[in-house]
Amino acid sequence: MKKNVKIINESGLHARPAAVFVKSASQFKSDINIELNGSIFNAKSIMNILSLGAKKGDEITIVADGPDEKEAIDCLVNLIESKFGEE
Amino acid sequence: MIIGTGVSPGIAIGKALLIKNEEIDIQKKQIENIEIEKNRFIEAINKSKKELISIRDKALKELGKEKSAIFDAHLMILEDPEVVESTLKKIDDEKVNAEYAFKQISEQYIIVFKSMDNEYMRERASDIRDVSSRVIKNILGIKITDLSMLDEEVILVAHDLTPSETATMDKKKVLGFLTNIGGRTSHTAIMSRTLEIPAVVGLKNITEKLEDGDFVIFNGETGEVMINPNQQKIQRYKELKHIYEKEKKELEALKGQKSITKDGRIVELAGNIGTPNDIEGLLNNDAEGVGLYRTEFIYMDRPSLPTEEEQFNAYKEVLESMNPKPIVIRTLDIGGDKELSYLKFDEEMNPFLGYRAIRLCLDKKDIFKTQLRALLRASVYGNLKIMFPMISSLEELLAAKRILDEVKCDLEKDKIAYCQNIEVGMMIEVPSAALISDILAKHVDFFSIGTNDLIQYTTAVDRMNEKIHHLYNPFNPAVLRLIKMTIDNGHKEGIWVGMCGEMAGDKRMIPILLGLGLDEFSMSPISILPARKLIRKLKYEDMKDLASKVVNMSSAEEIKAYIEKILF
Repeated sequence: MKKNVKIINESGLHARPAAVFVKSASQFKSDINIELNGSIFNAKSIMNILSLGAKKGDEITIVADGPDEKEAIDCLVNLIESKFGEE
Repeated sequence: MIIGTGVSPGIAIGKALLIKNEEIDIQKKQIENIEIEKNRFIEAINKSKKELISIRDKALKELGKEKSAIFDAHLMILEDPEVVESTLKKIDDEKVNAEYAFKQISEQYIIVFKSMDNEYMRERASDIRDVSSRVIKNILGIKITDLSMLDEEVILVAHDLTPSETATMDKKKVLGFLTNIGGRTSHTAIMSRTLEIPAVVGLKNITEKLEDGDFVIFNGETGEVMINPNQQKIQRYKELKHIYEKEKKELEALKGQKSITKDGRIVELAGNIGTPNDIEGLLNNDAEGVGLYRTEFIYMDRPSLPTEEEQFNAYKEVLESMNPKPIVIRTLDIGGDKELSYLKFDEEMNPFLGYRAIRLCLDKKDIFKTQLRALLRASVYGNLKIMFPMISSLEELLAAKRILDEVKCDLEKDKIAYCQNIEVGMMIEVPSAALISDILAKHVDFFSIGTNDLIQYTTAVDRMNEKIHHLYNPFNPAVLRLIKMTIDNGHKEGIWVGMCGEMAGDKRMIPILLGLGLDEFSMSPISILPARKLIRKLKYEDMKDLASKVVNMSSAEEIKAYIEKILF
């Protein structure tokens, strides 16, 4: 299962948002990957997500595969769309 | 004597403990039993995890939530599934030893992070190194220097101290820090000030210059370090240390006290800051507010303009951590003497008389509006006062205020909250502004006198020019008269007048300024308690007489000599 989502918070997938994102992804059993510009990154890896360096305006694809893939995608998309609680 | 950067004041006298963080030499070995090798790695990860959790808990208890958060980040790095799995895979595929496989993988990440053009990411590289060196030591069964169990008092000497070292060490046994690298804002410097342990950093190769057990004396204010000094020096520094500690105790007792003269005049002693990191120093020195937050630093050393969100976060942090104390934030004060990679300035003959500060902001309205919007949004988090720099005419002041009103309208349209009664003030640093301060005072809520520039512009002396440095003199009666004029004109319109230049913290100047009626003194945090001590010894009525005498004297020399004779 996959879904596209646009990064809309100011600082992008950096620093605190990256840590929040990885922690949220790690709660799920499914394998979760992020695709950006043809590269694939492990959503449960802080090193991967930080080096991905997704900025405001980038569109990423979240790909989840496993028993809780739907919940995982809903949760992560929601997190990004709510700008990680930034104003 | 060796000189480095003194980052935390105090004198330390004692034995050196050299912390060796040298690279462990790791050889590639072919192994037979893959399962045993994988187990060595997994066990080292588990052991490291237990250690980090206990460090985090200790840090949480002793240093607070904010400082312990770094170890949550370390735990995430330690348990990163990509790193763990790539290491296991490497052991499997190449039949190599665990420490070699792990080191190869973690080095890859360190290189990637180190090469990023972003300060935050480069800092993460040293976090990865801190975590990975722990794992490697645990794989190899090397004992990790345990600073929580020190037998005697020591001065820690290291290339640099890692967060895990500063968090775990026994603070009662550590007399001071000396490190090869670092500056005022490096981790070691910030920690040393938080813990009030004297420290000198940036000593280049101090770890090679001394040996474990050497006797060391250093001064955390001046940055002087002496290795194995003679008895005479030791004696002298012991006396200095005694005097320093006695003074410190006296100043300590002034925390929480009012800055009030003997006859009851209360003034505000505030601090000057450049980044939210400086708040810690203000709180430690009991500042009564921020008299000048220079926002330039948010704009410097970066590839593009700071976003509204980044600015909002910085302003909010400062306002929240000092609430309800007043915070004066100065809008962007930058010009051709500073390099900004994303903003091209034309070469100017006289950058200090050129396209800078409010002149630039009134021209580049987008930049100005973004900052004002971030400021207004942050205003709900504390006691914000906005200040415009380098105003030289009424028109500029009115133009800046008009833009501020436009931004307020925009926010109302967007239904974003901001504080309705923010005070708006201006710097008095150009002589033309001081001369029409009676007019300007009708349009602002406060003045803050910026003496560094006011002296330079009034006397036509470039303060960076060594050859004419003797002409740059705060006691110049012309400067004092402009200050008096500004304070008098401000008070006539019922507004308060502060000062945010070096002069405000100068103990020879404070009596004069007090007598002239200055309401707020903003200075380096370290000068605040000594200034309070001085003010509490003076009488306002006496200082008024002194000030009126002084402004009628004919030369700087005469004024200086008079003050020194009378007061010190």
